[in-house]
Amino acid sequence: MKTKKYLGRAFIYLMLALIYLPILVLIVYSFTATKTIGGEWSGFTFSLYAQVFSDSEMMGAVGNSLIVALTSSLLATVIGTLAAVGIYYTRTKWYKMLLNVTSQVTMVNADIVTGVSFMMLFLVFGMIPKGYLTLIISHTMITVPYVIMNVMPRLSQLNPNLYEAGLDLGAGPVRTFLTVLLPQLIPSMISGFALAFTLSLDDFVVTKFVNGDVSTISTYLYNKIAKKGVMPELRALSTLIFVAILAVLVAVNVSSYRRRKKLAKL
Amino acid sequence: MKAKFKLKRSYFSFPYAVLAALFVILPLLITAFYAFTRDGGFSFMNFVKFFTTPNTLKVLAFSLGIAALVTLICLVLAYPLAMLLADSSVNKSAIMVMLFIMPMWINSLLRTYAIKNVFQLIGMNNAYVAVIIGLVYDFFPFMLLPLYSVLSNMDKSYIEAAKDLGSGSVHTFFKVRLPLSLPGIMSGVLMVFMPTVSTFAISEILGDTSTYMFGNIINDWFTASGGSGWNIGSAYSLILLALIGVTMLIANKVTGGKASATGGAQAGGGLL
Repeated sequence: MKTKKYLGRAFIYLMLALIYLPILVLIVYSFTATKTIGGEWSGFTFSLYAQVFSDSEMMGAVGNSLIVALTSSLLATVIGTLAAVGIYYTRTKWYKMLLNVTSQVTMVNADIVTGVSFMMLFLVFGMIPKGYLTLIISHTMITVPYVIMNVMPRLSQLNPNLYEAGLDLGAGPVRTFLTVLLPQLIPSMISGFALAFTLSLDDFVVTKFVNGDVSTISTYLYNKIAKKGVMPELRALSTLIFVAILAVLVAVNVSSYRRRKKLAKL
Repeated sequence: MKAKFKLKRSYFSFPYAVLAALFVILPLLITAFYAFTRDGGFSFMNFVKFFTTPNTLKVLAFSLGIAALVTLICLVLAYPLAMLLADSSVNKSAIMVMLFIMPMWINSLLRTYAIKNVFQLIGMNNAYVAVIIGLVYDFFPFMLLPLYSVLSNMDKSYIEAAKDLGSGSVHTFFKVRLPLSLPGIMSGVLMVFMPTVSTFAISEILGDTSTYMFGNIINDWFTASGGSGWNIGSAYSLILLALIGVTMLIANKVTGGKASATGGAQAGGGLL
């Protein structure tokens, strides 16, 4: 029985090591200027980081990614929350099903099909030039279903009497929505927003077909890596992105863990 | 009065309904339009092209094979891991699970770049092996999450009951635990199998033209070629969509409608 337990532990740690090994290699080699990994260690230096911060193309791509991700995930949170409330309280069966199926289609569709269909749409209606606008529209549309998916289950847990009480006490439907319904939805809206934000940052395939000449982190990386060029400063950029994401995730999880612990004490 | 207010709340879905018609339904209709036309007229030529190009059929068969292999490797690695994580004390494993899921939030091109560097470091330059390992590395969390969520929510009394009734641990696994976790397995399969078939960046970065996936073919028709490239690419996109539909139908049939193609993302969102 004991050996079985140790074997299990060993398996867990082995898998963890395998998953983090590539990331660790990049981080270690981001502190040396050697041309390729596996080449000789040419001494500890921050020069790759200096190159990242002085490379305006690279910094521009990072900025564009953040602008698009922030705008589209905020839009997706608003549209998605409204949609979830609307769909949940709709009694017209066919309309409810149609919207549910539509948001499912977005989620299960292959990224490449979504990407090319957006590209053709924007071309057919040539009024929309490829750039920030097309990026924000497409990122918003591919992430709205994930917000709906996060908010919908919360709606079914709510006490329906609270909304009725708001109306009975004389608040209009909009005011009741804002002061009674919305505050109860905020936690699920936040996780929907976080999911939309990371999906937008992570997206490469759809972005590639609609970005025009606006480059994001994904398209920038693709253009550099796929051309098989050697760019040592990519290691520093990667390290910075890893560290930023890990910091955000740890912070979010630690705070939700503390909240849960507090709740457990009550 | 009551009915009137209920109606008002349902209006909230209108913005999404309008946007979805414009940016979900319409793009798909345009794709279908391109797929069924050639040189301005209605035509099945684009689909004929698919069935008469041996190379395209070969790439699709290759993609399905690679996807099956990648899915199987992910499943074989993720299942015991999910079982271990679900069985140990909740508190500790919640942090462990977070550690396993974290890479999912990192840009997949970055992860691919990281693993490419490791291959460089250890001098591994077999394109097939590189692409397979790269795909497993990229899609592993999407298999782990639905498995973990179904295994950790499983009612342990079924397993205890089986043991009390004299079933050995192997027998209990195959007769109780495995059937009960089927929805999680199918969710994981859905999230790994078709995305692998339609990938193109990972196969391009880690492999060469010999490791082309079906996604690469579609990408090429839309980027590299002029003329009727879009019509052919659209037809191939519809074929890919049909394949996705078929795999979902099979998954639903196997699990009685309990598998979800978005199980991982759902659980991932819940974790945040």
